Amino acid sequence: MIKDITLGQYYQTDSIIHRLDPRVKLVATVFFIISLFVVRGFTGFILAGLFLVFAIKLSKVPFKFMVRGMKAIIFLLLFAVVFNLFLTPGEPAVSFWKITITWEGIRLALTLTTRLIMLIMGSSVMTLTTTPNNLTDGMEKLMKPLGYIKVPVHEVVMMMSIALRFIPILFKETDKIMKAQIARGADFESGNLIKKAKSLVPLLVPLFISAFRRANDLAMAMEARCYRGGDHRTKMKPLVYKTRDRFAYLGMLIYLIITIFADRMIPL
Amino acid sequence: MNIIKTQKLTFEYIRRDDEGNVEGITKAVDEVDIEVEAGEFIAILGHNGSGKSTLAKHLNAILYPTEGSVYIDGKDTSEDGNIWEIRQIAGMVFQNPDNQIIGQVVEEDVGFGPENMGVPTAEIWERVSESLRAVGMYEHRKKSPDRLSGGQKQRVSIAGVLAMHPKCIVLDEPTAMLDPSGRKEVVRAVRALNDVENITIIFITHYMEEIIHADRVFVMDEGKIAMTGTPREIFSRVDELKGLRLDVPQITLLAHELKKNGIKDLPSAIFTVDELLCALKIN
Repeated sequence: MIKDITLGQYYQTDSIIHRLDPRVKLVATVFFIISLFVVRGFTGFILAGLFLVFAIKLSKVPFKFMVRGMKAIIFLLLFAVVFNLFLTPGEPAVSFWKITITWEGIRLALTLTTRLIMLIMGSSVMTLTTTPNNLTDGMEKLMKPLGYIKVPVHEVVMMMSIALRFIPILFKETDKIMKAQIARGADFESGNLIKKAKSLVPLLVPLFISAFRRANDLAMAMEARCYRGGDHRTKMKPLVYKTRDRFAYLGMLIYLIITIFADRMIPL
Repeated sequence: MNIIKTQKLTFEYIRRDDEGNVEGITKAVDEVDIEVEAGEFIAILGHNGSGKSTLAKHLNAILYPTEGSVYIDGKDTSEDGNIWEIRQIAGMVFQNPDNQIIGQVVEEDVGFGPENMGVPTAEIWERVSESLRAVGMYEHRKKSPDRLSGGQKQRVSIAGVLAMHPKCIVLDEPTAMLDPSGRKEVVRAVRALNDVENITIIFITHYMEEIIHADRVFVMDEGKIAMTGTPREIFSRVDELKGLRLDVPQITLLAHELKKNGIKDLPSAIFTVDELLCALKIN
């Protein structure tokens, strides 16, 4: 169950999307998310969906990897759908006993799920095609202006990239501790929510201890390799915009304009 | 000039109770004097808690001596201005491969050291491919470290240090968490660096069979250097080693017992089955 999380897991293959500058991918993802929240009707969603499918095809990442990330938000989705379906006032569509489902509710639930699903998939395209290091490099460059107002950009970005690096390791570790506790009779499955939460304590305590130990080791290893903050560093893979990156920006802009215009012009 | 020189190196851990009061002082390293010449392969042996890791951390300026001094390539580690130079000269590889790999891709991790040193981009790439080739990991350069075996991860860590062009590499129990084949991989890679690139190696371990190829061996006990000598000299003192809670390889032990029980003209330290057979046949 623990291996399902793909967020922050790079899928290695060679595609045009993989080769794009991370800054382009970051900006494009942000714009894509904005477009999802700006559009109101289904014209916009269809266009956004087409764009997403196009990007996924270009990225050469198997579709099932995109869907895998979805499992993490399935409960959030369910909640959103249930609340919107039953609690939105308006013209009733179906009515039985004390529950009424309205047309407005159906519409809201549909837009919300489409938005969430596309949002997750859109950002998965970015995380699956960009190595976290590359991604954080992109962020560092994009956020550099913040350095002038004393935001420790390099440090924040370094922390993020290390956190990403350790996610799979800590998951593996959780799995291991869990199995060790189960072997000694721990029960993580049965009981009500409170009991389940309580049963997590013997899992979390060793996990935290080991995480701190790892952090200590890693800090030492970094210092041993002359790490001393961002000031003197050079880059192994400096970010330079290429022609394809300019085209990608252009393509993104065109997508944004077309989608928003079409959405306002042809309401569905 | 000696690449490593320690003079009466002493390091104390201060133990504190829950309220932060000093409970006592443990001398992890106690007046250690060692000198290592450039190009040597040194093995440091010792059971857990003998102070060997603490000693290793002094060679990279991660810890500073409480008393005495450490000179790396003639530079004093306790002077602040020397830290970065010393860390570049004496690279360090740690025990747990997962806790020292920073990059998400093998080549990015190897590039981390040179990046920190401010090496220009083109040269970083040269150094990365050169170091990965030296440890035989070049074909895995695009992989995620999570997909490598323990021995491979540890070789990547070695490449990461190698890319900083050190004169000396300190390996702090690099094989402790590996399976036998991983251990062999790492030892082979380290020996190649010593033979081909003439890099000084300080290899800390508690596996006896890994020290056979060393030029000199230091055995540590309770913070002191208890024995020094070539592997053969060390292995001929089986009873002393046992007293220091260290196991000698089985074949060496067998030869030792045979000698004790009557076969007097066996050579004093036997490393391999062949050597023993050879010695017995002649007799």
